[in-house]
Amino acid sequence: MIRSLLEWLGNTPWSVRLLESLYAWSLVESTHVLTLGLFVGTAVMMDLRLVGLTFGSVPVSEFTGRLLPWTRTGFAVMAVTGLLLFYSSPLRYYHNLFFRIKVLLLIVAGLNVWLFHGRIHRNVAAWDLDAAPPRAARIAGAVSLLVWALVVVSGRLVAYNWFECDLQPQPELVNRVAGCVLEP
Amino acid sequence: MLLSLFFWSEATWLGTAVRESVWLFAVLEALHLLGLCVLGGSLLVVDLRMLGAGLARPSIAELADYARPWLLGALALSVATGLPLFLSEAVKLYYIPSFRVKMVALPLALLFTFTVRGRVVRNRTLETSARSRLVAVASIALWLTVAAAGRWIGYS
Repeated sequence: MIRSLLEWLGNTPWSVRLLESLYAWSLVESTHVLTLGLFVGTAVMMDLRLVGLTFGSVPVSEFTGRLLPWTRTGFAVMAVTGLLLFYSSPLRYYHNLFFRIKVLLLIVAGLNVWLFHGRIHRNVAAWDLDAAPPRAARIAGAVSLLVWALVVVSGRLVAYNWFECDLQPQPELVNRVAGCVLEP
Repeated sequence: MLLSLFFWSEATWLGTAVRESVWLFAVLEALHLLGLCVLGGSLLVVDLRMLGAGLARPSIAELADYARPWLLGALALSVATGLPLFLSEAVKLYYIPSFRVKMVALPLALLFTFTVRGRVVRNRTLETSARSRLVAVASIALWLTVAAAGRWIGYS
């Protein structure tokens, strides 16, 4: 069901055109990678403030009010370019072990963002100027640092074909996690 | 003459070790990319401040002081991972135009960051100026060139 949908998606004219283009695909991927400096970069700076490692005298609300819009912009670019890259080769990414790991990590990162902004950050006024924010905020910052770093690493590893379904034999665990469809 | 240096680089034990390993190149690349993230963040947090577009407090100087260890750390990580990546395929890189662009842009970006930008980020007032905005734009443009040329090496 999912597979046939993705197979159809990968055969749409624009998907084929993007994958076979001379420069478009590279430009989209370059943008995806370079925007890391904006998106993860500014997120890391805010996380360092949250865990209390640096920027101690800068109010946390200054980060969430004035730097976060840049982080959001970066994320929007990452999402659009990332979806385009997925669109260029849907079935390949669907069965890529590192892509699957990355999607799971993105969900964890998203939950952490939701927890932080939905709950922890609500009473920021009470600890805005604390060089070391409350425990919950420090944990959210640390989780963010770790999970986004793992997202970047797993994203980079998507390019490697060590665990491709097409390159059998693979360990059974790999075949299961990557959802490889094996010919009997 | 220069090319023989690149041949020598590739023959070093470190270059050989990275080239012959299945995982090492990928791991170094991933760490190099994490270096890019922290480098981008520690530069941008100050550059956006100088543009008057990001954090408005504290002063440029105070913010730059906070960011500096992370900037230096990110540079150290990028160089420490970039060097063995270079050694592993030096001769191929010799012929890749975007690698040459990167190797010209990188020293320029470093020089600019630690001279011109280094002076402007000592500003202790809360005001941005035409000068600070210009320096911020130049900083972003230079480092973007380094990063873009670096990424483009992979497509060559």
